[in-house]
Amino acid sequence: MSDTSVDDAPKRASKDDKDGDLAVVGRSVLVGKPIAEVYEGWRDPTRFPGFMKAVEAVEKRGEDYHWTVRAPLAQTVTLVTKITEDVPHKTIAWESTEDSQIKTRGRVTFETAPADRGTVVTADISYAPPGGDVGRIVAKLFAAEPNIQARHELKRFKMLMETGEIATGSFHSKQNEEN
Amino acid sequence: MRALTWHGNNDVRVDTHPDPEILNPRDAILKVTSTAICGSDLHLYDGVIPGLISGDILGHEFMGEVVEVGPKSTLKKGQRVVVPFTISCGGCFHCKKGQFSACDNSNPAEKQDASEKLYGHGMGAAFGYTHLTGGYAGGQAEYVRVPFSDVGPIVIPDELGDEDVLFLSDILPTGWMAAENAEIEPGDTVAVWGAGPVGLFAVQSAVIMGAAQVIVIDHHEHRLELAKQFGAKTINFEKTHVREALMEMTAGIGPDAVIDAVGMEAHGFVVDNVLDLVKQKIAPGADRGHALRQALLACRKGGRVSVPGVYGGMLDKWPLGAMMEKGLTIKGGQTHVQRYTGDLLRRIMEKEIDTTFLISHRLSLEEAPMGYKNFHDKQNEWTKVVLRP
Repeated sequence: MSDTSVDDAPKRASKDDKDGDLAVVGRSVLVGKPIAEVYEGWRDPTRFPGFMKAVEAVEKRGEDYHWTVRAPLAQTVTLVTKITEDVPHKTIAWESTEDSQIKTRGRVTFETAPADRGTVVTADISYAPPGGDVGRIVAKLFAAEPNIQARHELKRFKMLMETGEIATGSFHSKQNEEN
Repeated sequence: MRALTWHGNNDVRVDTHPDPEILNPRDAILKVTSTAICGSDLHLYDGVIPGLISGDILGHEFMGEVVEVGPKSTLKKGQRVVVPFTISCGGCFHCKKGQFSACDNSNPAEKQDASEKLYGHGMGAAFGYTHLTGGYAGGQAEYVRVPFSDVGPIVIPDELGDEDVLFLSDILPTGWMAAENAEIEPGDTVAVWGAGPVGLFAVQSAVIMGAAQVIVIDHHEHRLELAKQFGAKTINFEKTHVREALMEMTAGIGPDAVIDAVGMEAHGFVVDNVLDLVKQKIAPGADRGHALRQALLACRKGGRVSVPGVYGGMLDKWPLGAMMEKGLTIKGGQTHVQRYTGDLLRRIMEKEIDTTFLISHRLSLEEAPMGYKNFHDKQNEWTKVVLRP
């Protein structure tokens, strides 16, 4: 992701939030845990469905990860990604392969926050919906609220790391399943 | 179980709901033994705070007996506990700083969107207080699910009755924090708008913290009478020019600190308030802030303004010039209940603080709708309603 900003703000906060022909979403979140623990929490995508509501399943096949992502109207889309960089306690980056229904690339970075505040987790994700029918669903899915979704998933990751659970306002299991 | 349920403006009923269950490892389930109706429940009753859905269970002042615990709860079955109305994880940046009501992790991620838009940040969660703060079922019920039960609830010794400690859940810490935010110094005069439960506890707290003079402003004679037992002086705003009285009672200096314990539904037939009222009828989210405006104008130069009263939205005609030109310090906030419960329980046990004087009516859960109506309509006599499910 090239950064040609004129100021120090991250690209995802820019008014021109494009990464070439790709749209950019992302968010920083403070997780009050040591960097090693936070990195470990993010390292294995097959655990993501445990806290990411938009991700139905992640399966590792060889070096690739196959993501089943929820789309509107009870549809799903499949993403296929490979890890392009993995520096322990620093960064994990990925890129979609040709088998993916969506072209996407992204990076999560980990930095120790000042004064024992924990770890800053920053996600930067670029994506471009492909054409065709699937593309329209995907466009709806991503163009409608990719930023909100990314923000929610990161908040849930933070909850899981800091409290060991994901908050729910429900008071019985049936209500919880509906939410 | 039976629970007091919101159906619409001025429409609450006791309905049957499923019993609560343990959903997360740190949860506990309480059998509620006592629960109170809060003045801020009346804001919900009046529909001036948005974010309730028909069928929501209200109630954020409650205590009870632990009947079930999740694997990570530190409570034990059979313990009697009071539960803070603020739901706090104890582990996020804000909780570790003691800013429990600002907890990052108690409000479900998708429910933080509304407050993030409205206030710039996602808010922490609370019991029985709209989906802006999590949509958690409240405690005006036979049973309640308590998340993060290892952080919030405080265990009560057997020798204390429910009524001695119930108000540790909200209004006592809220009155205490209001006085703390007034940063009282020796010789200070503290003026408190509103002789409701929070105002009365703010008066009591200000006296304990060493205020030389506490003046409380209201129009309900009986409520003003209650304030006098703590040595407070009173002003009835229906009979007296409040600002002039405050100047005359402080040698022309003005109160050193002012506390707005009224909030968004201020009374009084004055121009700004009538305009606010019209706006509030048109759009929930508009605040009615006559008390706060008056407090800002009354406060002495360089004084402190403490705002425990609930505001939820926007206020105009805000005397910003008074804040800047007089150099006022303004502090507000939902109460960081967990920060105060231990100390206040000790003060109750040492009989330094009494909270039972406030209770005017004791009702069964089934009588709760009548309790809401009377607490709302007859504020002079109905000072506090406790329900016994």
